[in-house]
Amino acid sequence: MPALEILRIALRSIRANKMRSLLTMLGIIIGVSAVILLTAVGRGATDMVTNKVESLGTNLIQIMSSSTSVGGINKGQGSAPTLTMADVQAIAQQDTAVKAVAPLLSTQGQVVWRANNYSTSIQGTTANYPQIENMPLGSGRNFTNQEVQDNATVAIIGTTVESDLFPSGMNPIGQTIDVNGIPFRVIGVLKSEGTNGFINQDDRIVIPITTDMNLLDGTTYLTGIYAAAKSPADMAMAEAEITSTLRVANQILPGQANNFTLLTSATFLSTLTSITGILTDLLAGVAGISLVVGGIGIMNIMLVSVTERTREIGIRKAIGASKGVILAQFVVEAVLVSIIGGLIGVAIGVLGAVIGGSVFHLSGLVGMNAVGLAFGFAALVGIIFGVYPARKAANLNPIDALRFE
Amino acid sequence: MSAQAISPTRPIVMMEHIQKTYWMGQQAFPALRDVSVSVASGEYVAIIGPSGSGKSTTMHIMGCLDTPSAGVYQLDGYDVSKLSDDDLALLRNQKIGFVFQSFNLLSRTSAIENVELPMLYAGVPKKVRHERAQEALAQVGLANRMHHKPNELSGGQQQRVAIARALVTNPALILADEPTGALDSHSTDEILGLFQALHDQGHAIVMVTHETDVAQHAHRIISFRDGLVQSDEPNPHPLRHQTPLPDEGEGH
Repeated sequence: MPALEILRIALRSIRANKMRSLLTMLGIIIGVSAVILLTAVGRGATDMVTNKVESLGTNLIQIMSSSTSVGGINKGQGSAPTLTMADVQAIAQQDTAVKAVAPLLSTQGQVVWRANNYSTSIQGTTANYPQIENMPLGSGRNFTNQEVQDNATVAIIGTTVESDLFPSGMNPIGQTIDVNGIPFRVIGVLKSEGTNGFINQDDRIVIPITTDMNLLDGTTYLTGIYAAAKSPADMAMAEAEITSTLRVANQILPGQANNFTLLTSATFLSTLTSITGILTDLLAGVAGISLVVGGIGIMNIMLVSVTERTREIGIRKAIGASKGVILAQFVVEAVLVSIIGGLIGVAIGVLGAVIGGSVFHLSGLVGMNAVGLAFGFAALVGIIFGVYPARKAANLNPIDALRFE
Repeated sequence: MSAQAISPTRPIVMMEHIQKTYWMGQQAFPALRDVSVSVASGEYVAIIGPSGSGKSTTMHIMGCLDTPSAGVYQLDGYDVSKLSDDDLALLRNQKIGFVFQSFNLLSRTSAIENVELPMLYAGVPKKVRHERAQEALAQVGLANRMHHKPNELSGGQQQRVAIARALVTNPALILADEPTGALDSHSTDEILGLFQALHDQGHAIVMVTHETDVAQHAHRIISFRDGLVQSDEPNPHPLRHQTPLPDEGEGH
């Protein structure tokens, strides 16, 4: 019996039970569209994070002190303070591949303006910090080297801090705010950058490092050091120079482990993309489960269909249909249902990714491999879950089938 | 005792000492104890008997829908006991035309497509299939009902579609299982008239029925009882229906 005739019989059966066929397809439609949509969202998010990280500068090196453990609990990077201003100066003087270097002391503090108060991140640094990390000013000015030397009480505030402290429309520049009880003059507002995926870049105030150390914290240790290589090509050299400078400055003997860690945007990026990659796979996996559930739905309906059509199968066998033909008829029907469902699912998934991408400002990237995988999996599901009911139909005894009421 | 059909024509059905036993758990139910029947080409045979007499089982074995537990059955020269399920399907397709009590047409499928179905499984090209199905439907007087679905046809018309489906492959044997059991007397006359015409054309027909007046139309009557052939005698004066083949334009 020609394949085309089997296809026609299967199509006729699907058409004859439109509602049932649609409901059967629903599981596949949801599964396929979910796989496509979720992988697109995952890829879009990865791209966004990557772009943000790359906007920080690809020649950025972060130096953090190593972590310490208290009672078996790791307190995180920077918790074992070893880095000092002397390290910053050593790097600035000795390391030729480094263009600029700045310290960073990051603490949490209370900021007050009149009756408004707000808890934010206080970052102490030097005047050349904007040369290293991309930190554009929205208005006002950066502090000067002189102000750093003088322990000046001046602050640059992020837009989140601005909106939480000051009424909208008011220019905060020139206003005096209290930081942990000490009055600071606002000299600039950072340009709004949003989050970099993990940290809200607008929720901070930046002050001179000296002021932070001497007036606010009373510490001589830094949270970290930010350095910029002369060019992305100089990154490896800059990292090597910084490592050897810091080992000498901290008197680390050969064979001993570093008490600091270097982070570059490259390492950061690879960590990030591996995390978002895992998340994307996880989402696709969850969506894949719904495909399997959809397959079970197909099997369920096909089993009901075989029972319902027992008499039809009996007639077909009585007038000469072989086992193989009956098997093929039901498998083809199951595969057709899942393929049609898969096609509808692809259409919905792609449409959803495009609409969702524009709504959430994600580049809704629909990967052809995700489409292919979801569609192929749907067809496979149709075969796997169609064979059992089809075998059941093919093995029916024609007499019993004909007697079936 | 089974009468040997003394006929110059070749035998279509040759059943020798057929036994059929059904098992329900440990208990055996002998449906056929020892049945020997032969049917020659062109014969018109009625099988009668009360329910449980074995006539339906004989019919199933004769139609290759079931295989005997013991004994030899040759259909048109093929030894059925040696054939696989798929070979039996092929044999049914090529040698037998079935007519059932409940018509057994595919619902949601037009009359002509139902008639084409056996040829579909035989691999007959579409165009030939269509032409032959049209001829068969014309032969049973349904040329203008070709595209009607079974639920749009009367019982008698449905049975005529089934007969068209049975004869379209030009089978060696037409097997009819209570063909008039679900029909009113007018439709019964129509169908019996049709069988009469098919017999006149030389088709071999075996009809199972429990209605003796229906059986009287056949030319030979085999009576079953308790899994055995009770009598097997020619019917010297078969009833003939003068009802002509129904008009093509007949109403619903």
